[in-house]
Amino acid sequence: MKAPDRHRLRHQTRRQERVRALRALVLVLPMFAFLALSFLVPIGRMLYRSIEDPELASALPQTAQLLKQWDGVDLPPDNVFAALLREMPTAFEKRTLAAVAQRLNHDISGYRSLLLRTARKLNKREPSATPLDAAQAFFDIDPRWRQPRYWAAMRRAAGPVTDFYLLAALDLDRDAAGDIVPVPEHEAVFVDVLLRTIWIGGVVMALCLVTGYPIAYLLATASPRLGNILMILVLLPFWTSLLVRTSAWVVVLQNEGILNGLFLRFGLVDAPVQMIFNRFGVFVAMTHVLLPFMVLPLYSVMKGISPSYMRAASSLGAPPWLAFLRVYLPQSMPGVAAGCLLVFILAVGYYITPALVGGAGDQMVSYFIAFYTSRTVNWGLASALAAVLLLTTVALYFVYGRLSRTGGGVRLG
Amino acid sequence: MRHRTAIAIAATIVSVGIGSHAFARDLTVVSWGGNYQEAQRKAYFEPFMKATGIKLIEDSWDGGIGTLRAKVQGGDVAWDVVQAEAEELQLGCDEGVILQLDWEKLGGKDNFLPTAVHDCGVGAILWSTVLAYDGSKFPNGGPTSWADFWDVDKFPGKRALRKGPKYNLEFALMADGVAPADVYATLATADGVQRAFDKLSELKDHLIWWEAGAQPPQLLASGEVVMTSVYNGRLDTPRKEGKDFRIVWPGSIYAIDSWVILKGSPNVGKAMELIAFMSAPENQKNLPPYISYGVTHKDAVNGIAPDVLSNLPSAPDNLKDAIAIDTGFWTDNIDELNKRFNAWAAQ
Repeated sequence: MKAPDRHRLRHQTRRQERVRALRALVLVLPMFAFLALSFLVPIGRMLYRSIEDPELASALPQTAQLLKQWDGVDLPPDNVFAALLREMPTAFEKRTLAAVAQRLNHDISGYRSLLLRTARKLNKREPSATPLDAAQAFFDIDPRWRQPRYWAAMRRAAGPVTDFYLLAALDLDRDAAGDIVPVPEHEAVFVDVLLRTIWIGGVVMALCLVTGYPIAYLLATASPRLGNILMILVLLPFWTSLLVRTSAWVVVLQNEGILNGLFLRFGLVDAPVQMIFNRFGVFVAMTHVLLPFMVLPLYSVMKGISPSYMRAASSLGAPPWLAFLRVYLPQSMPGVAAGCLLVFILAVGYYITPALVGGAGDQMVSYFIAFYTSRTVNWGLASALAAVLLLTTVALYFVYGRLSRTGGGVRLG
Repeated sequence: MRHRTAIAIAATIVSVGIGSHAFARDLTVVSWGGNYQEAQRKAYFEPFMKATGIKLIEDSWDGGIGTLRAKVQGGDVAWDVVQAEAEELQLGCDEGVILQLDWEKLGGKDNFLPTAVHDCGVGAILWSTVLAYDGSKFPNGGPTSWADFWDVDKFPGKRALRKGPKYNLEFALMADGVAPADVYATLATADGVQRAFDKLSELKDHLIWWEAGAQPPQLLASGEVVMTSVYNGRLDTPRKEGKDFRIVWPGSIYAIDSWVILKGSPNVGKAMELIAFMSAPENQKNLPPYISYGVTHKDAVNGIAPDVLSNLPSAPDNLKDAIAIDTGFWTDNIDELNKRFNAWAAQ
């Protein structure tokens, strides 16, 4: 073959490959678009919601502008009072002031009613009746307007972005001077909740591994008949509603429940043991609910481990425990890694199970996200908590990836 | 063939499009589902259709101002009349998500309980969070007050309260000797909040927290707790099944759910007609026999049988030492007090 021919041939092959790649790309394009629309866009929107602060700037634009020019010391200058006095009745009529009131109330409790009541009173006032100075008009309606902290809070809310929600999600706040300070101890709760969430996720992961590993081993090595039955036993709860499984644990664990009944009958205890509405109940119920997510990846990996390796180990003189530790366990590590990751990530997002079988001190981050989303409509704080949880999980994932890579060649997936 | 398919698809799209836009949709009422909505269907919705000939469609929801906001801001308002809780009524009215009512058509504000009257809503039912206990556990007489709820020596056993600060701070203050009428004035001060949390701390080791409204009757029935706070209507079913669950009415906290009309509703006239129908005393008296929720029209009480009435939170005897939930206080303070409650619970 002559050189130019070869060149042309290579050229043609390349072009064909490009066409094929393009066609493949077109085929996966719908899925990419779907992922972007249903996954990336909402998450991006949620992350942005945790720093955006649009209410005040859109309802009271001039006030917001002037507040940003104020240095934040003591009370704001008169032009801020005047602008607010001018803009408040319009915003109240247009019903946009309620959103501002809601926003400010997240910062200082009681701000909501203060702002709306002030607006209502200003609206009732004759526009021409009192030409007195704007500041006095506010002081007359409510003495709280004399306190700089209410104006400082308004200045912080002037937008367009804020770190207020993210700081709040980490139990931090800004003091009057604008420095970041921890919130009072009796209100510090979210760091504690985040650590609690990670701890519960970690314990549940460990419990799932300890209980799931033997089950998966049995599944992978049993005869097909027994294997099928065991598989159904693993999958049956998997297909049952989460709520039903959680409620079943209430029946089993409660004070006059099945377990306590047995304990009392056999004289093991004198009084019922509290096993539910506390941390113990959360661990038990969550481990049960998440167990299939550990067993299934373990099973799929163990199924691929040839029994001849173990036989080879024993023929070379290794006792069973050593053969297991040196031969079987390392080969099953990818399943362990995948199962642990799956269980942990699902566990840190859990909501219904801890809400129903946990006590007031066992609630995880998702509980608070739901609380702020639906009950108090503080979507900024809900988004900030979600962002903190997401970033923590991603960070833990990277740490985990680094550890598992250095710790013996484990690969995920 | 392909051509005909295309025509069929086009025709479907056009007809669906016409169906949803060209004709005004039927009047839609939204309530809270379950037994409760069933009771309303028998007492209100079906008689209304029969009396007026107006077709009525039902839907149900679980509350949340976010839901109402989304409906109205989305532009395609599918709901007309909605039963809202006090909080959604207040927030929705402030934000202009719900309409102001035509009180002329309801016969004036004076005919209703004062707490059932709002510019944007009229009371639908009065329900209460009460102290309930299992009578079979206390043959020598059960608790009669929140102070007894706190008295674990006299009435041993676990108790259950709703998870969160709402209701519990009020109950704690009443247990600590604050008169029901002074509860919210006390809670408005930092010392009062501290006092409530201190009182809750006394009982902490004996408490179980419930989350869903269906839980407290189950906790009582299973013997997990001997007394609990509970929404009064939830006791109807176990009592009908023969459980000896008793209610302590003094110190209960009642709340009013209201009928509201969503902004942008194309059926405002018919919606007002429905609300007027459901607010008329001769119709309101038909609801309590189905479910133990109180009526809001002052004259409706007269038409209710005494044995039904004695179980309603709106019965004068039951209302005597009860207080109304202060929605304004809770919308102002829920964020801060919830944080504080959770920090307290984790200690």
